[in-house]
Amino acid sequence: MADTLTPVLTADWADEQSWKLATYERHGGYRALGKALAMAPDDVITAVKDSGLRGRGGAGFPTGMKWGFIPQDNPNPKYLVVNADESEPGTCKDIPLMMATPHTLVEGVIISSFAIRANKAFIYIRGEVVHVVRRVQAAVDEAYAAGHLGQNIQGSGYDLDVVVHAGAGAYICGEETALLEGLEGRRGQPRLRPPFPAVAGLYASPTVINNVESIASVPSIIDHGADWFASMGTEKSKGFGIFSLSGHVAKPGQYEAPLGITLRTLIDLAGGIRHGHELKFWTPGGSSTPILTDEHLDVPLDFEAVGAAGSMLGTRALQIFDETTCVVRAVLRWTEFYKHESCGKCTPCREGTWWLVQTLTNLEKGIGREEDLDLLLDQCDNILGRSFCALGDGATSPISSSIQYFRDEYLQHLSNRGCPFDPVASTVFAAEGAAR
Amino acid sequence: MTEVSTTEGGLSEATYAELRQIAARYPQPRSGLLPMLHLVQSTEGRVTAEGIEACADILGISTADVSGVATFYTMYKRRPVGTYHVGVCTNTLCAVMGGDAIFERLKEHLDVGNDETTEDGAITLEHVECNAACDYAPVMMVNWEFMDNMTPQSAMELVDDLREGKEVRSTRGPRIATWREVERVLAGFPDDLADEGPGAGPASLVGLDIARRRGWTAPGTGSAGAIGSTADTAGEAAEQADTSRAETETKQEEGQHDG
Repeated sequence: MADTLTPVLTADWADEQSWKLATYERHGGYRALGKALAMAPDDVITAVKDSGLRGRGGAGFPTGMKWGFIPQDNPNPKYLVVNADESEPGTCKDIPLMMATPHTLVEGVIISSFAIRANKAFIYIRGEVVHVVRRVQAAVDEAYAAGHLGQNIQGSGYDLDVVVHAGAGAYICGEETALLEGLEGRRGQPRLRPPFPAVAGLYASPTVINNVESIASVPSIIDHGADWFASMGTEKSKGFGIFSLSGHVAKPGQYEAPLGITLRTLIDLAGGIRHGHELKFWTPGGSSTPILTDEHLDVPLDFEAVGAAGSMLGTRALQIFDETTCVVRAVLRWTEFYKHESCGKCTPCREGTWWLVQTLTNLEKGIGREEDLDLLLDQCDNILGRSFCALGDGATSPISSSIQYFRDEYLQHLSNRGCPFDPVASTVFAAEGAAR
Repeated sequence: MTEVSTTEGGLSEATYAELRQIAARYPQPRSGLLPMLHLVQSTEGRVTAEGIEACADILGISTADVSGVATFYTMYKRRPVGTYHVGVCTNTLCAVMGGDAIFERLKEHLDVGNDETTEDGAITLEHVECNAACDYAPVMMVNWEFMDNMTPQSAMELVDDLREGKEVRSTRGPRIATWREVERVLAGFPDDLADEGPGAGPASLVGLDIARRRGWTAPGTGSAGAIGSTADTAGEAAEQADTSRAETETKQEEGQHDG
């Protein structure tokens, strides 16, 4: 039985100049690379498969299996693309990782590229975080200078070049095929699948796209072994992950723990809900995962149990809201986000998110009708499963789940002819008087 | 930045050369388009018609193709941006924690609307979507550097300092450069600021602090922060010292929030 918290990826974040190569190597950095380069690439894939690592970007697809889908007999070059476009509302784990210990990611990129036999890798970082871009650029430069990148890495005969690529502001580019479009210099609109990126991805060549945290977990798996990784977590959700608590808790922040920890334990570690208040609703994995309530405090936070509770583990982005928060306001704001970020490619999402905002706005202002709730659910029904990618599906999650748990609060807005909540009461400066 | 004279309203030769340099980083040149447009913004202050033509020319695609890309991504601006781009996160979590109040206060204080620039050209104000710093809510971004744990009051002081030309530092990053300088970094031409600022802010470390205090580690990895290595007594002592300092800082941090 592992400890409650298991810092691995976060273990060195507090170090002086934690982002430098020298600091990383002092903690055994690039030792796993040496081990990997002495292995057959297929054995590296097997180790990651055996570890049970599942994608940390939200979908939870087994990472080693994804690598195994790369057709090695395809004559085109193979590519590794790191999805560092962290933008899902509530998600804030990859950005601090790349800022504090970018070499964990760079070492993971080299090992992963070696495994899938790629000689070119791209790290696609969202553009709105320039200091993170700087740190990753600098880490890649240091890795080249140390012989961890470039030609004949560590004398192994293996070559790899890495390009750090900054995006330009588009949530949709977190969707892997839209990211590839962005990386090819096009509008970030998702592609129809099949073909899957493993067969025809970047430049129609075999491509693996993995989340930052997935790739950063690889060096520890190679260094300590697949069994070590699999000794943490639950039966089908192995290993550790970074849980990001935000909102109305005493100590918001990053908590790295085995998958399966509960929100009750995490809130307890975070010093409880902010003083004098109680939990009202929360997202387990970002705004695209249906909201949950205090009845779900003891749900193990792994892929299976959160799914069984009617939501998704997603990115472990635990946004916590107390009883001062108006759920209708919260959901309207997320819906406006999806409307803004809809790429426009498919009609259900492009038009549907527009309709959702109109209907929700009326409800929030108290000028709608009770039938609008059924209209909203009908609109959701016309988007969910009918849009091109998961953005449309995600847009419906907060709406349908909030109506499920808080239907009365929607109706209150109608009987009250407006929002019954005081927005100042939810702010961090509430105690200091109105909007100090 | 190197100052080079521009040729008849177009981009300078040096900029053309750097645009080509970006395209050459990729197996297929068009992959360079996003960073190339960042570079255009850096030298021209926005995405100009000349900038679009230059990208199209270098990549051998139509200006319509380039415009299609430039209008898709929100960081590309068709109107001039101020010296400082000030973003306020108004996605749900930050909005609820105070982002809405901050954005309202700044619009009033600067006398501008969303995506507008102050008359002196110093500040462009824009509400932004989730910037992946939710544990520091409410969050603002100045030229895409983090400004954590803001209030309406601290936000006003921040923009006043920027307008007065005082040096402003990111709460988790370096001194704030100009918007154009930052766009150059995003184009893939690093500046010398990577080593400024901390590795992690206080909220990023709360879980690690608790694990260290309680002696929690991943199996077989010894003390937290020393994976695979055995800490000697002196090392452990130093670690304890680190922990108590972190605790004090955490308490101070809490004090600030309560106050």
